Amino acid sequence: MCLAIPGKVLDANEQNGLRIARVQFGGIVRPVRLDFVPEAAVGDYVIVHVGFAISKVDEAEATRTFELLRELGTLEDEFSTDSQEPPASGGNLQ
Amino acid sequence: MKYLDEYRDERVARRLAEEIACVATKHWVLMEICGGQTHTIMRYGLDELLPAKVELVHGPGCPVCVTPLETIDQAVALALRQNVILVSYGDMLRVPGSNSDLLRAKAQGADVRMAYSPIEAVKIAKSNPDRDVVFLAIGFETTAPANAMLAWEAKREGLKNLSLLVSHVLVPPAIRALLTLPENRVQGFIAPGHVCTVMGYQEYEDLVRDFHVPIVVGGFEPIDLLQSVLMLVSQLERGESRVENQYVRSVSHQGNPAAQRILQEVFEVADQKWRGVGAIPSSGLRLRDEYAAYDAERIFNLELLSAEEPGECISSQILRGLKKPTDCPAFASRCTPENPLGAPMVSAEGACAAYYRYRRHSVAG
Repeated sequence: MCLAIPGKVLDANEQNGLRIARVQFGGIVRPVRLDFVPEAAVGDYVIVHVGFAISKVDEAEATRTFELLRELGTLEDEFSTDSQEPPASGGNLQ
Repeated sequence: MKYLDEYRDERVARRLAEEIACVATKHWVLMEICGGQTHTIMRYGLDELLPAKVELVHGPGCPVCVTPLETIDQAVALALRQNVILVSYGDMLRVPGSNSDLLRAKAQGADVRMAYSPIEAVKIAKSNPDRDVVFLAIGFETTAPANAMLAWEAKREGLKNLSLLVSHVLVPPAIRALLTLPENRVQGFIAPGHVCTVMGYQEYEDLVRDFHVPIVVGGFEPIDLLQSVLMLVSQLERGESRVENQYVRSVSHQGNPAAQRILQEVFEVADQKWRGVGAIPSSGLRLRDEYAAYDAERIFNLELLSAEEPGECISSQILRGLKKPTDCPAFASRCTPENPLGAPMVSAEGACAAYYRYRRHSVAG
């Protein structure tokens, strides 16, 4: 029950004084309350927990962190060109 | 999916593990607080990627697991009342109470319903005006604003047949309690990223000041957790203790003010008992007096039951990071997800259930 996952805001409407969005998680679309993230707009990613958005994903921070991490992965390739080891799979952890 | 897949990149994960192995010169014991993080660690075998010097122990951060036995007993007793509809998050249904659980109560004819969001209870209450609808409101700070919204809406709509059975826990007092144990082994903490998304991380700065222990606010994907471990080990090796935020894409220093506002409006801090851990001062939430009309405990005059855990379950030591699930003689034999002796085997985020699902074959022989 403690899971919170990121999804993309497809649209947002007022219903009975409450702001409710349709949010896409992979292939699933669910209604999500925007009470705590009133600034979320169409196209934004929000982190959703038990039907409520609890944050708007900070895209700039996410990109910055990930570029740093990506550099770590790439660096290894550059240093390991002489090694006999098979190339890294480049895939995702299963 | 965006913001998930890229944090599961195997090459980056292996590189981070190598970096951790380079940085670590001593043995360090780190604890992830949140059950969601424990689940990721076991699912992707992150503990096996790490050098032997870096040991991960699993904290009390599964709200399903730490909900007191007495609360489960109260929920079961309420559910069995003729006129009650008991609504709960799905993982609570199979949590064992003293003699029964909500699923068994349902089999005996109780009206027990599962909800994805607390707000569903409003709809159930409106469509059943002659029945008493009780929502079993459990969780950490992550869930508290959503549960608070339920009470707030019930009051706003003047619903007379909706109440909450509240069992809420707060993370920082639990870390404080762990750090004051004489037998504590934990030298660094991965703080729960979604709790901090709501609350920010000021309270964790107080813990660092008082105990000189590094804390990294971490996310929930493999790369998030490995990066958090690297940040902790780097601090420990340099003799530092600071709060660092790894989960910057969701967590800010001040947290989510709108969520905190509704939490404060509806709840106040109270002493709380944690299953497997015991009572911790000021570590829970209860409904404020203004919401007494929505407090199931007050409306239904519920007995303050006292209950004992099954003798064989060692969850109290597991939840404090003193033992691992595989140290338990009942693990995967007398205690399984189908027949759990204790709560950590029930919830998918419980440490025992995570070990059972991903690691039981390696210990079976």
